[in-house]
Amino acid sequence: MELFTEGDPIADTKAPAGPVEKRWETRRFEAKLVNPANRRKMTVIVVGTGLAGGSAAATLAEQGYHVKSYCYQDSPRRAHSIAAQGGINAAKNYRNDGDSVHRLFYDTVKGGDFRSRESNVHRLAEVSVNIIDQCVAQGVPFAREYGGLLDTRSFGGAQVQRTFYARGQTGQQLLLGAYQALERQIGLGNVEMNARHEMLELVLVDGKARGIVVRDLVTGEISTEMADAVVLASGGYGNVFYLSTNAKGCNVTATWRAHRKGAYFANPCYTQIHPTCIPVSGDHQSKLTLMSESLRNDGRVWVPKTKGDDRNPKDIPEDERDYYLERIYPSFGNLVPRDIASRAAKNVCDEGRGVGPTKLGVYLDFADAINRLGRKAIEAKYGNLFEMYERITGEDPYEVPMRIYPAVHYTMGGLWVDYDLQSNIPGLFVIGEANFSDHGANRLGASALMQGLADGYFVLPTTIANYLASGPLDKVDASHPAAIEARNDVEDRVRRLLAVNGDRTVDSFHRELGQIMWEHCGMERSEAGLRKAIGEIRSLREAFWQRVKVSGTGEELNQSLEKAGRVADFFELAELMCIDALHREESCGGHFRAEHQTPDGEAQRDDDRFAYVAAWEFTADGEPSVLHKEDLKFEYVHPTQRSYK
Amino acid sequence: MNLTLRIWRQKGPEDKGRMVTYPVDDVSPDMSFLEMLDVLNERLILSGEDPVAFDHDCREGICGMCGLMINGDAHGPQRGTTACQLHMRQFKDGETIDIEPWRASAFPVVKDLVVNRSAFDRIIAAGGYVTAPTGSAPEAHSTPVAKANADAAFESAACIGCGACVAACPNGSGMLFTAAKLTQLSLLPQGQPERYTRVIGMVDAHDEAGFGGCTNAGECTPACPKGIPLDTIGRLNRDYLTATAKGANNTPGS
Repeated sequence: MELFTEGDPIADTKAPAGPVEKRWETRRFEAKLVNPANRRKMTVIVVGTGLAGGSAAATLAEQGYHVKSYCYQDSPRRAHSIAAQGGINAAKNYRNDGDSVHRLFYDTVKGGDFRSRESNVHRLAEVSVNIIDQCVAQGVPFAREYGGLLDTRSFGGAQVQRTFYARGQTGQQLLLGAYQALERQIGLGNVEMNARHEMLELVLVDGKARGIVVRDLVTGEISTEMADAVVLASGGYGNVFYLSTNAKGCNVTATWRAHRKGAYFANPCYTQIHPTCIPVSGDHQSKLTLMSESLRNDGRVWVPKTKGDDRNPKDIPEDERDYYLERIYPSFGNLVPRDIASRAAKNVCDEGRGVGPTKLGVYLDFADAINRLGRKAIEAKYGNLFEMYERITGEDPYEVPMRIYPAVHYTMGGLWVDYDLQSNIPGLFVIGEANFSDHGANRLGASALMQGLADGYFVLPTTIANYLASGPLDKVDASHPAAIEARNDVEDRVRRLLAVNGDRTVDSFHRELGQIMWEHCGMERSEAGLRKAIGEIRSLREAFWQRVKVSGTGEELNQSLEKAGRVADFFELAELMCIDALHREESCGGHFRAEHQTPDGEAQRDDDRFAYVAAWEFTADGEPSVLHKEDLKFEYVHPTQRSYK
Repeated sequence: MNLTLRIWRQKGPEDKGRMVTYPVDDVSPDMSFLEMLDVLNERLILSGEDPVAFDHDCREGICGMCGLMINGDAHGPQRGTTACQLHMRQFKDGETIDIEPWRASAFPVVKDLVVNRSAFDRIIAAGGYVTAPTGSAPEAHSTPVAKANADAAFESAACIGCGACVAACPNGSGMLFTAAKLTQLSLLPQGQPERYTRVIGMVDAHDEAGFGGCTNAGECTPACPKGIPLDTIGRLNRDYLTATAKGANNTPGS
């Protein structure tokens, strides 16, 4: 059977016409408004409380809407945005180093390897400056210079210093800013907060998103919540690989359930492998820990020149070391974008020059920076990261070079959205990492925080008003047949998971799925490998439904049941990721097909055939998905072979 | 390594709960403490027993979701380290390890090692913010902040809201948590207009949630994985005193 069929192309993304720098202004003016008195009567559901969801829920409530917010954690403050370390980009040009909105736009489109939408990216660059203002006003303690003004640093893929940061905890500080704004609205009664609740289904009424089915993770109670619009801010799906830098609970269920209800899933194969993570230490490994990209400002990446050189790194003389990023990419050096740094690390390890017990590692060495700037300066910049490294590995990075290896970190793919961040289902909006929008085939460092907050604080609150103003929508409640049906589906699914009562744990399946994905749909993909992976995923998924063992009942706090539902959805997503990777017969950004590379091993795009967004439509279990293409037009940044040499 | 674990098992809020002993063999010193619990849980599931419920998420020491009393120490023996970042190389072969939930009346047990910390959210909702609705912010550089203040604000802002301070406190007080947020915001110019209403609101919410009072026992800071300094509580007390002297209940800026 064929793996997919092709449907109608996507003709309209609803971006206004005209010059790119005027489009957002035009859209804001053309968007319909909702009278403040009417906002109180409208309810918006926001799923997820990270940078995107937290900021959106707070802002919508400030505007006067009634908001219902959901997160699976015990508090909205714990969403995984909190773990972002390095920083947030903004085109403030405080350094007077030639930055501008246009340059941030240019860098982001180029960094995404010409697979993102120009209109969206330009808007992102425009609002980036407002984000910094907003966060400072909230009391976010950004790093400052002695004169009291904000400090910035460099990040990969840029030659200007536009990254604002709060030591190595920028995500935490930005999230707490959004969380505090959200708590203020909770305190005022404008937001109804539901922590420890997980969305398990989307409710459609007359083709519009009107509610969700949630499970209370403490009592197991399943309920249906209705609203005028639904916003998904449920993050990315990196945990399909089992080992990733994502939090353990991160999952695809909210977006996957919406996909099964008709929302297109765009570019699922675009995943970001982060070059600087702590290498795997053994089979017990449950997650991987990132070492911030900011470390590449001062750390130098190297491996021994000769294969199998097992000497202590300190005993390897300078001329026997290969600082391969500086050698291959002299103009960007250690600060090449993530996809390039990751693949380079893989290549030197494949050549047998990897270091550490598993030989899957390269050195990130601070000796030069410590000599140049002194230990104190390095401690001030990266102290917490160095401590974290030492706690995990038992090695002191001030004395011994860090060992790092690439790991799955972020997913650029996600639910398809138009310029208004609305999916193809009316009333279903998708923001932050959960949508596919702005990063193309590769995200630049410090741009995830920027996009999450741009979507939540500034873009969605404007565009969702346009949708809500087109109402009024019919009143519906949980007794609507569509709501009852969705709820029955969820209950049935929970029952099925509990009924298998087999002989393998959920984690054992998840681990095996992750190995298949890392092997065949990770840093390098090939036709043969992807076909093999599709077969393996299908048989493993079948085994899952015959052999999984979920203990306990549905009417209690049951972490093994939660995991089972998430892994069941990962199986379906994994297959679509492989199909997407297989159909995209080119290399671009994080998607590297072995068959498509330049003579010197760089990604070889095929703009004639693949300059489009692949938006997949679900049909039915066991039936091929339908591919809808959205052509990408580049009017301002002309596609070139990306070069960081 | 071979270990003996004694773990608090409690089916739900109404259950009395008890310590249950589990031997765990072949523990690698490179495992994290939670990975060691994962190994135990895999075994319990396959033998048809209920796995041990415990909270965790990021497993890199920043989300604040994990929190275990390990041999009577909040987050275990290593200073400045959350349970998820604690590695088994900190323990000896043959050791017996007691694992219990946070114990405080403001943090009722949900199940096994999982507690309800929503009281912390209520403290923040009662004033732990700067009122700055989206869109209303002035240019970021319009107000410089002395680097020393910005750095000190950051130190306090590093709190992850895990609750170790409460668990370590003989009074079950949440003062270090409350003081950390108050200190961050009172050191920044943006936090000044609401400074004195904030402290009243947050301290009232703290007391209403059932946390105990602070008697300067000083157990909280050593247990804090982020090393929030004890003098933040002194700062809270000064602001609280000023606020009450001013009668600043609901008069912003007074």
